[in-house]
Formats: sequence, structure tokens, C-alpha cells
Amino acid sequence: MRPATAGNIPARLIALATLGLVLLMGPLIGLLIRMPWTRLLGDVGDAGTAVRVSVFVSVSATAVAAGLGVPLGWVLARGRFRARAVLRAVILLPIVLPPVVSGVALLASLGRSGPIGSVLGELFGLTLPFTMAGAVVAAAFVALPFVALVSEAGFQGLDRNLEDVAATLGAGPWRRFRRIALPQALPALGAGLVLGWARAIGEFGATITFAGNLSGRTQTLPLAIFFELERDPEAAFSLSLVLVLVSLGVLFTARRAWSR
Amino acid sequence: MRGGLALVAVVLLGTACSGTGERHLIVGAASSMTEVAHRLADSYGLAHIELSVAGSQVLVAQVREGAPLDVVLTADAGTARALVDLGAVAGRPILFARNRLAIAVAAGNPLAISELADLARPGLTVVLAAPEVPAGQYTARLLENAAVSISPSSLEPSVRSVLAKVQLGEADAGIVYQTDLERSGISGVELPDEINPVTEYYAAVLKEASDPGRAEAFVAYLQTPEAAGILREFGFLA
Repeated sequence: MRPATAGNIPARLIALATLGLVLLMGPLIGLLIRMPWTRLLGDVGDAGTAVRVSVFVSVSATAVAAGLGVPLGWVLARGRFRARAVLRAVILLPIVLPPVVSGVALLASLGRSGPIGSVLGELFGLTLPFTMAGAVVAAAFVALPFVALVSEAGFQGLDRNLEDVAATLGAGPWRRFRRIALPQALPALGAGLVLGWARAIGEFGATITFAGNLSGRTQTLPLAIFFELERDPEAAFSLSLVLVLVSLGVLFTARRAWSR
Repeated sequence: MRGGLALVAVVLLGTACSGTGERHLIVGAASSMTEVAHRLADSYGLAHIELSVAGSQVLVAQVREGAPLDVVLTADAGTARALVDLGAVAGRPILFARNRLAIAVAAGNPLAISELADLARPGLTVVLAAPEVPAGQYTARLLENAAVSISPSSLEPSVRSVLAKVQLGEADAGIVYQTDLERSGISGVELPDEINPVTEYYAAVLKEASDPGRAEAFVAYLQTPEAAGILREFGFLA
């Protein structure tokens, strides 16, 4: 049933919205027009190493972001403490920070001579810069906010009566989270993971700043595109299109899961 | 609607047309030229120089896509030739300075690195410039000349980010330009002339320069004894 006001969008707003759409779509259309289609498969094949690194790094980063972000989402949704607004702002920060700033911050803290990095090195012999683990940390850092905030929204939307009933039947907080809330929130959590993964696979600035650039170790697809642009621009176009298509596909999937 | 459209138009026009003042040049400079380019512009008496610093290859890509540069200073003959091949250069690129490579290490050289072969030591974290930028190409030539093979931990997007990784203590050593060594937190290890490739800087006036006369005059100034003095002061060979 459509409300009576549906379709009543003023012409001036449609005009401005169209202009906005042109701004968003123009660059993508430009990419499509200048796309060397016949080279697509060959270029992607040549970038196989970067694709493998990207898949491994983004999936690992999403796993880390899920393990830490879902609990954060739960704390935000159910916690009763004053600093919640502050906590939410801190969690949001990586979304609005320029990625290179995230990379500098990671270097400052987790680098070899950083306060946490030096401890990691001394206790576990673990160095993050210039390693694949470092690339995973950089991608997880930027993916975590998406997982945490979408999880929070998912948990907020749950019917709390079920949890209350479970509590009166003697279920403890962990059991209520694990057996009642988690299964119900799964579609939202899935959407959060997909968004986090999309952010992780597109990560560039924090990765090149913190993890460096070495083929087979830390050179992900976006880094490969950056260097390819200087060597063979057409190959950079092919690889960019691949990332655009993958990201579009992911967003559609996430949207479907979201609206279910 | 007129209000909204006008706002969008004003913002776009305002940002696109900023900076068309007198005695003004937009110079694209290889990252190793960052400091000296400002000094050269000052002493030439340009009221204002807008420096767009990037790896030389990025500069070429920017020119190819129509960036509004007047003069480009590249760090090797290959990128200067690429500009000519694009048909973007008015006249010919001019060789105006040379440089050498050196090893950058942590201040005081705690790991006692004394020659290129030391960089092949196992367990050492070495970063190099990526082969896509001139510094990386020169580095490849240097390693070939010395018959040394290094497994780098990272191939950085510019020679300045190699330097930063050493300065921050994330890398034990990196190969940079000799002119890059004058900064806090690092020490330099010089390399013998027999293996050290001479790096060349070219200046090119672009056909699309907004004021070709002024751009050409600036490039001509780069070849004067006064400019050579400034270049030498910053460690360049000129």
C-alpha cells in the first residue's frame, strides 16, 4: 500500500539529485568508456598475486573485525554507562579519518619503536610493519567500525521480551547473548561483516603507510593498481573495474541481507 | 532550485579558478626536489610558486590526464622522455642538476653498516624505492653495478617514504639520494663512485603552461650560476 504522498518529489530536488548522481556515476562511466575490454582477463591474471594477497588479507581482517566488532556492538547496544557516546565516537573515528592518518597512527603505536609495537617485539618477537599481519591489522582497523556499528543497530532492533523471558527462566547474560540475541541478529551481523569486508578489500592508505608495499606479502590489489597506474595505465583501469564490480556486488548482497 | 544550483556552481568555480595571481607558477617537482625547489623559486623572485610534489612517474601520469602544470622537474631522463613522448613539452627538457645515491641508516649507525653488501645481511629490514619511481630505477642500477642482491621488506612509493621509514626506526636501512640525508634522526653512508649511478634532473616547460614566457624564464634561471650555487648548497651536483 503506497502512501498518498509517494511520487511527490519537487522538480527542483529531482534536478539537484540528478546532478548528485552525475557526480557519483560520472567517474565510473568514464572508467567503463576507457576500459580496454580485450585486456581484462590478461590483466587480472597478471595481478594474480595481488588478488591472492587481497583475498587473504581482507578475509582475515574481516574475521578479526567480527571477533572484536560484534562484542563492541553488543556493549553499545546493551551497556548502561555514561561514556557510551564517547565510546561510539572512538569506534567511528577510523571511518572519518583519512586512511593515511590511520597508517601514521598505527606506525606510531604498533611500529617497531612504538609503545605497543616494541612490547610485541620483545615479548613475542612479533613485528607488524612490512608483514602480512601488519596489512591485516591495517585493514581490520578500518573495517572494525562498520562491523561494530551495524551489529549495534542489529542488536538494538531485537525484541527484548525473548531475552527477558530467558532471564526469568534462569539464562545468564552469556547464554542470553549466545542463544537468543546472536541467532536473531544474524542477518544484520552478516550485513556488517560484508560492509567491513568491502572496506577492508579497498584499503589503501593505512596499508601502504603501515605495512609497506611488497609483492606477495603486503601488496594488495589497491596498491597494485596505484603502482600499475604509473607503469601501465590501461592495466590499472582493468583492475579498478574489477574492484568496482566486486564492491557493487557486495553492496547489493549486503543490502538484500539487510532488508530481510 | 536556483539557490541550490548557484551554490554548487559558485563552490566549483571558486575552487577551480583560485590562484591566478601575478608572478605565479605551478611546478610539478620530483619528491627529492621538495626543499630546493622552494629556495630556487624564492631566489628567482617568484611571488608565489605552487609546488605539486610527487614521484616523477606520478607527475607524468598527472600531465597525461591534463593537470594544469607550467613546469615539471623530473628526477631522471626516462620520465623526461615520457613527457616528450606525450607531446606535452615545449622545446626540450633541460638537464639542470645531478645527484648521487647513499644509504640512510638510523642516527649514529648502530648496526655498523659500512657498505652496500652489508644490506644483504640476514635479519636486516631494508626498504627501497619502488622500480616505478626514478630512485628505484637508480637503485636497481646501483645493485647491478655492485653485484649485490637485497631482499627488501618494502618497495616504497617515493624516495621520501623510504627516508621516513628509516627516520621512524621502522627500517634499519634504505637507499635514498645523497641530498636526502640532511635531516635529524638519520645518518648516511656514502657509496663509492664506481658503482654509484649519476642521477639526472630535467626541467621541462609544458605546452599548456598558462604563461609560457614566465615558465621558460624560470627554467632558464635554473641553469644560471646563482641557481647552481643553491643546488650545490642542498647537496646536488650542478
